[in-house]
Amino acid sequence: MSRQANRAGDPRKVNGELFTLTYGALVAQLIKDYENDEQVNKQLDKMGYNMGVRLIEDFLARANTGRCNDFRETADVIAKVAFKLYLGLTPVVSNWSTTGDEFSLLLESNPLTEFVELPPGHSNLNYSNLLCGALRGALEMVQMDVDVRFVQDILKGDNITEIRLKFIKRLEDAVPVGED
Amino acid sequence: MTIFSVYIINKAGSLIYHYDAPNTTRPAVEKTFSYPLELVLKVFDEKVTVAFGERDGIKVGHAVLGINGIPAEGRFLKDKREILEVLSSEKNYPINVKFGRPPLSINERIMLASMLHSLFAIGSQLSPEPHSSGIRTMETDTFKLHCHQTMTGVKFVIITDPKQGHVDAILKKMYEAYADFALKNPFYSLDMPIRAELFDNSLQSVIEQADKYGISNI
Repeated sequence: MSRQANRAGDPRKVNGELFTLTYGALVAQLIKDYENDEQVNKQLDKMGYNMGVRLIEDFLARANTGRCNDFRETADVIAKVAFKLYLGLTPVVSNWSTTGDEFSLLLESNPLTEFVELPPGHSNLNYSNLLCGALRGALEMVQMDVDVRFVQDILKGDNITEIRLKFIKRLEDAVPVGED
Repeated sequence: MTIFSVYIINKAGSLIYHYDAPNTTRPAVEKTFSYPLELVLKVFDEKVTVAFGERDGIKVGHAVLGINGIPAEGRFLKDKREILEVLSSEKNYPINVKFGRPPLSINERIMLASMLHSLFAIGSQLSPEPHSSGIRTMETDTFKLHCHQTMTGVKFVIITDPKQGHVDAILKKMYEAYADFALKNPFYSLDMPIRAELFDNSLQSVIEQADKYGISNI
């Protein structure tokens, strides 16, 4: 993913539109290659996952955040640090479940969908499903099994884009030694 | 102030990268002997090593690296003659033998890496205090080992001069190089050995800068 703005002097900084356009080309190609939207969603999620498991190292290497000890802390880091770093926006964290294991990220704008209108007949397509995969993959590498999905999408006529994250379990056997 | 070598160990304990600084090759001593040889040699771990008798910089534990310019391969010379036999026959003397610390083979490195992985875990479990980390540093009189474990379980281990400072910053820079040049390489599969020239270069530049200017400039 493109890393935007606030990394002054980084020669690798690219225009955010490059990412948006590349992503658009990817989704358009997937729609051509696969028969239905469900399969496209699945592929996007898979690609996102593969990005997430690598991206997390980049994030940890730069962001200087410690280990999160509850899901609220995780939500804060994702919204305020990670989204800010990679997409240049800060989603609102809300709709906490009473047990504190589920929350939503509310995005008023989504840089991925900047120039996008969904063509008719793609009501099942989660255009930005790559984000779900990336979140899932990244959290899995820090030993959290989390379910991530879209519940609202501006592209589908909703007022806001909402990504729901549900904590399933901590991957105990994968926790590195000396961190419990 | 030097960094001797770098090891990266994945979360399963296997070695995925190692690097040795070129200026720290182990010294070798070459000497011409006449019959009989004044050193006691024995075969240890498939190498002919000095068991007893130290002289002229040849130390116990040094292995025979070559005879008359022919390099050794295990217990044999490159021309298939057995080293001990060559050294025991009087007609071969005077003879020129090269001794030195044998370099670590890749298998030995893999073994040492997984051993460190377990030691790290033992360190954490034996700790009298709860929530102890694993081994962070290990010091000897000739080197100091620093280990940084990331949250995802990857260990960055560097072996430095005991006086080397700013180690944390160096380790962090190496982690960044790993995140950039290993993980962003689309042809690198996770947890596998890293074979990427760009990564080699960026790691070397971290080391060089740490050596040359101190850490403040990297």
